[in-house]
Amino acid sequence: MSTQTQSQFFSQLKKYYTFYTGGFIAFVIVLAILERMGLSNQWIGYIFLAATISLYAGIGIMSKTADVSEYYVAGRRVPALFNGMATGADWMSAASFIGMAGTLYLTGFDGLAFILGWTGGYVLVALLLAPYLRKFGQFTIPDFLGSRYGGNLPRTIGVVAAIICSFVYVVAQIYGVGLITARLTGLEFQVGVFAGLAGILVCSFLGGMRAVTWTQVAQYIILILAYMIPVVWLSVNITGNPIPQIAYGQVLEQVTAKEKVFNDPTTTLGAAEASVRAIFKEKQLATEDKIKALEAAMAAGTADTMVGEARAKLDAELAELKAAPEPNAKKIEAKQKEISDLTGPDALLAKLKKAADSAKKSSGPVSQHATPFSGKGAVKKLLKDNPNATEAEIAKAKAEDQAETDKKRRNFIALVLCLMVGTASLPHILMRYYTTPSVRDARKSVFWSLFFIFLLYFTAPALAVLVKFDVYNHLVGSSFASLPAWVANWAAVDPTLMKIVDINKDGLVQLAEITIGGDLIVLATPEIAGLPYVISGMVAAGGLAAALSTADGLLLTIANALSHDVYYKMIDPKASTVRRLAISKGLLLVVALLAAYTASLKPGDILFLVGAAFSLAASAFFPALVLGVFWKRANYLGAVLGMLAGLIVCMYYMYITYEFFGGVAANEWFNIKPIAAGVFGMPAGFLGVIIGSLISRAPSIEIQQLVDHVRYPNLEGDIDTRAA
Amino acid sequence: MQLSERHQEYWRKNLRLTAVLLAIWFVVTFVMIYFAPQLNDIVIMGFPLAFYMAAQGSLIIYVLVIWFYAHRMNQLDLEFGVHEGDEE
Repeated sequence: MSTQTQSQFFSQLKKYYTFYTGGFIAFVIVLAILERMGLSNQWIGYIFLAATISLYAGIGIMSKTADVSEYYVAGRRVPALFNGMATGADWMSAASFIGMAGTLYLTGFDGLAFILGWTGGYVLVALLLAPYLRKFGQFTIPDFLGSRYGGNLPRTIGVVAAIICSFVYVVAQIYGVGLITARLTGLEFQVGVFAGLAGILVCSFLGGMRAVTWTQVAQYIILILAYMIPVVWLSVNITGNPIPQIAYGQVLEQVTAKEKVFNDPTTTLGAAEASVRAIFKEKQLATEDKIKALEAAMAAGTADTMVGEARAKLDAELAELKAAPEPNAKKIEAKQKEISDLTGPDALLAKLKKAADSAKKSSGPVSQHATPFSGKGAVKKLLKDNPNATEAEIAKAKAEDQAETDKKRRNFIALVLCLMVGTASLPHILMRYYTTPSVRDARKSVFWSLFFIFLLYFTAPALAVLVKFDVYNHLVGSSFASLPAWVANWAAVDPTLMKIVDINKDGLVQLAEITIGGDLIVLATPEIAGLPYVISGMVAAGGLAAALSTADGLLLTIANALSHDVYYKMIDPKASTVRRLAISKGLLLVVALLAAYTASLKPGDILFLVGAAFSLAASAFFPALVLGVFWKRANYLGAVLGMLAGLIVCMYYMYITYEFFGGVAANEWFNIKPIAAGVFGMPAGFLGVIIGSLISRAPSIEIQQLVDHVRYPNLEGDIDTRAA
Repeated sequence: MQLSERHQEYWRKNLRLTAVLLAIWFVVTFVMIYFAPQLNDIVIMGFPLAFYMAAQGSLIIYVLVIWFYAHRMNQLDLEFGVHEGDEE
């Protein structure tokens, strides 16, 4: 193959993947025909799981390699277009594929921080990092830190930071794999985790970066088809226009108009909503009274009776569930978990507080989808409670609203910044730009990466609005006796995703009576659009592809950091090729099993941890990487101080503000939430690099030459830093 | 190895291009977000402007910014003779 030219290779790849895409579509059509002929949903799930995983495994086996450069950087001959697709799959995780549209559905404008943050970061990758890292041309990100700043310490800090960021991230991916496999086949979650793990390992284990690259291209094609087809169909159903991204403007207008009606108690719909909200308000007040009573009892040491009462009530409810004519196993299991979670007064208090919060939320007005940073509604509330409020009172309420808006805007900006800079600092993404044939291709490749990511990210907001339109117009106002089929199905299958209860007993559905879990939006879209089950299977396969591809890239990053940076560069620089690869593969296996084990414990705050990875990466890597290219004076001491300062400030802030670590929100600086801790870590990192560099000697001539080397794609009489 | 005047000019041009494109990135992201409540009063094809920018418009600009950078830099490489040898 080495005699083949790059352009021959490119056209051959194009042919393969075109053929592959056609094959995949044909496969879906055949399954659709089989479904017509009576193939059961469960079998469709099994077939999708088996077919896609064995496909990925097949590509992995075909790409197996014993060559170091192939193993670490796919031989550096991945064309820009294909590297773009691979980066797209590497980048878009289960959270993007399944969670994003749901987040937008639930939070409206304020959720767009993720859309902006996870795309705009590529501008930083393109302008500040990718071409320079490609010219440097080694294997890992700590490699660059090690060569640019000299000594083992910058490299070591880089390895530690890379492992922290990537490990929490990979646990979340494997968790996603478990969930999707369980949903697709009905297998247990833990079994799903390890089945998915097999799919990840067979690929990265045999062929390293080379196998991962070609599998990721295949995974990108599946995930983008699976995402687009149902949305296009839904758009045609609702608007008659097959381009949802253009058509949903009008739909958004109607959604906004409907939201005004829901909030206006003088209309029929608005009055019905208001009656449900009043019930939630009562519930909230009653729960708050209970909390006060419990707190008093806890102070007096008599709380155990209250816990006993609560437990007796749950036991009675469990007995009732079990005695039902058709006992629902899921509901019984959930109730049993509720009972076992009720360990004492503290657990009861936490449970009550949560109930009060959710009742409070349901008792408030519908938030406007397209409105950014809405205030508390203090002015409205004041005028409703007291139409003759004085000017001073109104001004005070206005100030309260403005303070809330300012706080939300500040958090939005901080989050966008952290996500963007974090994107430009995550090692598993930056590593992908080592694999292109040239600096020129690295630049083009960032363009293709963002283009392929953009396709999904500009569709997600459209999907959220289309589903909202369907819920507002077809679900709200329908009668409980004849719920749409998809609603009834999901409410029966998974109450955490879809819960619908006739609170005010009028027999009709009100918006406040529906509780939707974010993940429902993407998963239920095929059913809402009236597509056959095979499309639902395809969507699940797309989610699986997104999770697997990201997990592959992350695992490789961790294993490479350990085997290449720690073992080869620091412990045994004379190790033979065979030994290096053997160590790398061994570590990959260990890390994967460790991550799968962690995921199978179902750690609660997984989503927070993923967000945290961005802030950590931004604080630890970005200043040292960017100044390493753009500021020749940056040196060893600067890098060490900068990376440590960034990491420490970022972790400290999370520690004092996030309740998972025992922190409290009262410790927040400028009301910035812990997920955006990077806005404090980054400046600390930059300051650290600058101060550390200025108080110590300028770097050596060799290092300054290295900086020139990375700045110019080609210099005469240049040094050579390429790794063999 | 000494950098020639032309080499330094290449780097200055690169810095200028990078700065201009980063300024565009900054405006369509952070300035846009800051004024989002006001921008939303403008409605185009059903889209309030700030919502449109955050959901689609700024993303398109990001893609174009990166395309332009790649295009312009690859041109500059040739112009200043620092392009890579033809490996094709």
